[in-house]
Amino acid sequence: MSMTSDRGARPGRRRTVRRPGDITFHGAALASGLTILAILAGVAIFLVVEAAPVLTADPEELTAGGFGRYVLPLIAGTVIASVIAMVVATPVAVGIALFISHYAHRRVGTSVGFVVDLLAAVPSVVFGMWGWQVLAPRMVPLYRWLEANLGFIPVFGSASSTGRTLMTASLVLAVMILPIITSVSREVFLQTPRLHEEAALALGATKWEMIRTAVLPFGMPGVIGGTMLGLGRALGETMAVAIILSPGVFTWVLIDSGNSTIPAEIALNFPEASGLRLSELIGAGLVLFLITLAVNLLARWVVARRADFSGAN
Amino acid sequence: MLPARPLRAAVTTALAGLALVACGDDNPTARLQPGDVGAPASGGGDLTGTLTGSGSSAQESAQTAWIAGYQGRQPGVTVHYDSIGSGGGRENIIAGATDFAGSDAYLDQQERQEVRDSCGPKGAMNLPVYISPIAVPYNLPGVESLQLTPDVLAGIFNREISRWDDPAIAEDNPDEQLPDLPITAVNRSDESGTTENFLEYLTAAAPHAWPHEPGAAWPVEGGEAAAQTTGVIEVVSSTPGAIGYADASAIGTLQTAAIGVGEEFVTYSPEAAARVVDASEPVDTGVKGDLALDLARDTTESGAYPIVLVSYLIVCHHYEKPQTATLVQDYVGYIASEEGQATAAEAAGSAPISDRLRQRVLNSLELVTGGR
Amino acid sequence: MPTLHRLDTQEGLDHRIDHVRGVVPAPVRPAPRRLGAVLGAVAVATVLLLWLGLDLHLGLAVTGAFLLYLALTYVGFRVAAGARVATDRLMRGLLYGAFVVALLPLCSLLWTVVTLGGARVVNPDFLLQTMNGVTGLHDQATQQQGQLFIGGAYHAIVGTLLITGAATLISVPVGLLTAIYLVEYAGRSRLAHVIRFFVDVMTGIPSIVAGLFAFALWAVVFGIGTKDGMAGAVALSVLMIPTVVRNSEEMLRIVPNELREASLALGVPKWRTIVRVVLPTAASGLASGVTLAIARVIGETAPLLVAVGYARALNTNLLEGPMNTLAVYAYYMFTKPLSPAYRDPSIERAWAAALLLVLVVVALNLSARLIARFFAPTKR
Repeated sequence: MSMTSDRGARPGRRRTVRRPGDITFHGAALASGLTILAILAGVAIFLVVEAAPVLTADPEELTAGGFGRYVLPLIAGTVIASVIAMVVATPVAVGIALFISHYAHRRVGTSVGFVVDLLAAVPSVVFGMWGWQVLAPRMVPLYRWLEANLGFIPVFGSASSTGRTLMTASLVLAVMILPIITSVSREVFLQTPRLHEEAALALGATKWEMIRTAVLPFGMPGVIGGTMLGLGRALGETMAVAIILSPGVFTWVLIDSGNSTIPAEIALNFPEASGLRLSELIGAGLVLFLITLAVNLLARWVVARRADFSGAN
Repeated sequence: MLPARPLRAAVTTALAGLALVACGDDNPTARLQPGDVGAPASGGGDLTGTLTGSGSSAQESAQTAWIAGYQGRQPGVTVHYDSIGSGGGRENIIAGATDFAGSDAYLDQQERQEVRDSCGPKGAMNLPVYISPIAVPYNLPGVESLQLTPDVLAGIFNREISRWDDPAIAEDNPDEQLPDLPITAVNRSDESGTTENFLEYLTAAAPHAWPHEPGAAWPVEGGEAAAQTTGVIEVVSSTPGAIGYADASAIGTLQTAAIGVGEEFVTYSPEAAARVVDASEPVDTGVKGDLALDLARDTTESGAYPIVLVSYLIVCHHYEKPQTATLVQDYVGYIASEEGQATAAEAAGSAPISDRLRQRVLNSLELVTGGR
Repeated sequence: MPTLHRLDTQEGLDHRIDHVRGVVPAPVRPAPRRLGAVLGAVAVATVLLLWLGLDLHLGLAVTGAFLLYLALTYVGFRVAAGARVATDRLMRGLLYGAFVVALLPLCSLLWTVVTLGGARVVNPDFLLQTMNGVTGLHDQATQQQGQLFIGGAYHAIVGTLLITGAATLISVPVGLLTAIYLVEYAGRSRLAHVIRFFVDVMTGIPSIVAGLFAFALWAVVFGIGTKDGMAGAVALSVLMIPTVVRNSEEMLRIVPNELREASLALGVPKWRTIVRVVLPTAASGLASGVTLAIARVIGETAPLLVAVGYARALNTNLLEGPMNTLAVYAYYMFTKPLSPAYRDPSIERAWAAALLLVLVVVALNLSARLIARFFAPTKR
C-alpha cells in the first residue's frame, strides 16, 4: 500500500465506531484462525503423548527390540515406494500437463483436465481393491520376465507369484499422485508468458523447441514443487498399500513380497493393537508426520520461489 | 440472509439423507424363511439386560453366531462383542470396561493380580470354549495327500526346503508323484493368534529345524505374506506350489496336509483337535475354577491333531451387579452347551469341546457370584 | 567478462533468449503431407498383426506397435524433414502416449467397479439392510444353495452421511471464518502469514495421521481405546479444514473491492458488509469449494478405521460406540469376508460399496462444478 492511501484511510478509520457486532465477528474470525494453529499443535502434542511410553519402555518389550530397529525398515519401505511412484508419475504427469496446456484443443483440454481430476477423486480404498484384483495378477508375467532376464540385479532377485509386491503398490501410488503433479504443472505451464512462446516460434522454433526453451524453464520450479507435493501424498497413502502389498521384513527385492510402509503397517495392525504396541504404532505415525512435514515444507519453499520468476513478465 | 439457493440445495440434500435414515432395516436375518440356514429362532427366556465383551478376533465369527443364536433364546438380552484383539480384550476386563473378554492367551501372572481390582479378590477365570484347528492347506495339482513331519514343515516355512521334489518331502510321501515346482510358503502379514499358535507348534514340535522365537508376527525373511486368513487362502488357492496355514474353517475345498504326530500322520478333524486339548496340562494359576491350559503341542497321543488355537472367555469371579453375573452364567453356559458349540462349528468351523471339558466349564461358571 | 556474466545470470526475458539462442539452426524442410497418416496406418497394422496374427497379448501388441511407431516417426521425419522436425514429432507422440497411459488405469478401474459392483448396488435390499446378525453361515448358504442374499451397507451409508456431515459442520465454520479473517481482517499481518503457512502444512497431513490424532485425543480425554463417530468427524475435519480455508480464501479474494467500499461508504458496519455483501457474492464459489472438500474426505478409509472402528449394526449415535462407513465397509468386506471359504457374497458387497462411493464422489465433483457455473453471480 502506498503512503498516500494509508494517510487517507487512517483518519476515517479512527472515526469508525467499533460496534459490538464488529468486535464479535472479528473475534470469531480470529479465533478460527487460532483454532487451526491449535489443531496443528494438538496433532503433534497428542501423538507425542500417546507415543511416549515407547521411549521409556524396556526395548526388549518392543516389536523389534527397539523402536529405531522397528521403524527404520518401515521408513525405508515408505520412502522407496514413494520415490518409485514419483519417478514413474512425474514424466507422465508433465506429458499430460503439456498435452492439456499446449497440444489439445481447449475444449478437449478441459475435459481431459476433468478426467484427471476424476482420477484424484477416486477413494484410495477403491484403488487398493483394483490393484489387488486387476493389476497385481497382470504384473506377474512381467516380474517373472524381469527375474529371468535381469535377476542378477538385486532389485529383481526373485519374482512374486501373486504380484502383490512393493513395485505393484508403487505403480498404483503413481496413478494416485498423477493428478496432483498434473494439475500443478498444468497451472504453471498455462502461465508461461505468451511473449516468450511467440518469440521462440518467431525465431523459427518447432513446437517442441518452443516448449523446451520457453515453457519448461519457466515451469520447472512448479513441476518440481508439484512433484514434491505428490511425493508427500504418496508417503502418507495408506489403504492402497495396505490392501495390495503382501508385507514382510525389509528386502531390497522389489518384485517379491516383503517390505512394508508406515501407513500400511499402522492400518493393518491398529484395529487389534493394545498397550505398548499401540504406542509403537502411534510413534510410527509421528515419524510419518515428521517426514511428510519436511517434504511438504520443501515443496512449498520450491513453489514459493517460483513467484520471483513469474515477476519477470 | 445467507445465499439462498445453495443453502436450499444443502438443506434439501440433508432432508433427503434423513428420509433415507428413516427406512432402513437393521434386522436383515428376519427376512429369511424359517427353514433357511441361519434363520432366527423364535420364543425364548425372560432374562433382560446388556452384556459387553471384547477381545480376540479369532472368536469374531463364532461370537457373531453365538450372539445371533443367543438372541433366539433370550430376546431381552443384548450382547455386544467388539473384536479389538486379545490384548485389548484383557486390558478392557482389567479396567472393568467390559463384562467378559475373549482372549487367545490366558491372563498372565501380572494380569491375574491386576484383574482383582475389577473382578473381586478371587480374580478371573479363563474358560477354553473355542477350539480352532489350524490346517495346512496346499495347492499341488495331482497330489492327493501330503504328509509332513514337523521337521519338514518347519524346513518348508523356514525356506530351507524350497522345492516340492526335495528328497525330505519325498521320503514321507513315497506314493505321490511330487512335481518339480518351487514352494511358495504363505504366511499371515498381520499379527495374529493363528500365526502365534502355529509358531508355538513349530517351536515345540520341531525345536531343531525351527530356530525362531514364537510371537504374533512372522519371523522369517522373504516368503509370501497375505493379510488375514482370507488373503492366505486366496494366495494358496490361486498359486500352484503354495502352502500356508489358516483357520480350518476357511479351508473350503483346498487340500490339507497330514501332520506327523509320533509315528503316524494325522489330518485335522474336529475330534482330533479336541483330543489334543483334553490331553493338555491345566496350568496352576491359583485361581479356583480356572481352566487355563498349556497345550501339548509335542503330543504323541494317537489321533490328536496338535496345531490348534484355543481361545478363552475370561469371566470375573464376582460382578457388582447380580444381573450381570446371571447373564454371564447364562451366556457362557449357552456358548459351552452342545448347541452353542455346534453353532460355532457351523459358523466358524471350530472344533466342539469335549463333554468332559464342557462339564468343567459349567462347574466353573457355578462359582460366578454377583452383588455387593 | 563481468559484463557477459551479468547478462547470463539476468532473470526473465534475457534468460529465455539465451536459451533460444541455443537452438541449432538446422534447416527444416517441409515434410510430405501423407507421412504421418502412413505411419499411423503402419502402427495400426502392427497391432493387428501382433495381436491377431502372432496371438500376442493385446497390451504387449499395442506397446510394441507404439514403440515401433515412435521409432518410424523419428526416422521417417528425420529423413524427410530433418532432425528438428523429427524430435518435434517424437515428442508429440510421447505426449499423446502419456495421455493414453493415464487414461488406461482410470478406464480399467471404472470398468472393474461397475461390472463387479453394479448388480448389487442397484438392489434396494443392499442399500437398506445392515449386517446385524449376518454371519458366514448365511454367506455360505447363499453361495452354495442360492439362499436369499442378506446383509447390506445401510449402516455404512448412514454412518458415512452422519460422520461426513458432522465433519462438515465442524470444518465449514472454522474454515470459512479463518478465510474471512485472512482476507478481510488480517491483510498482510504476520499472524496471517503464520496461519497461511500452517494451513499449507495441514494440507500435507497424511490421512492416517489425522486418524491417529483423533484417536490420541479421545484416548486422553475419554480414556484409551474410545472409538466413536465424533472422533472420526474430528479426524476428517483435520483433513477438510485446510481445503475449505484455501478454497474460500480464493473465492473471497476475487470479490471486487468496489463492493466492499461501496457498502462501507454507506455506513454499513464491516461485519454486516461481510455477511450481506461479500459472502453472498462469493456464495457459489464457497459452496462449490465446500462440496469439493466433502468429496475429498467422504472416501477416506484410514482415519475412520483408526478412530471409529467397525460396526455391523446400525448406530446413529455419533457419541457412543463404533460406527461404519462405506469406505471402511468396503475395506473390511474385501480383506476380511464373513466366511473366508465362501468369499463371493462379501466381495460382491465390497465392490458394490466401492461403486457407491465412486458414484457419490463423482456426483459431488460434478455438482461442485454445476454450483460454480449456475449459481455464479451474473457477469456483466
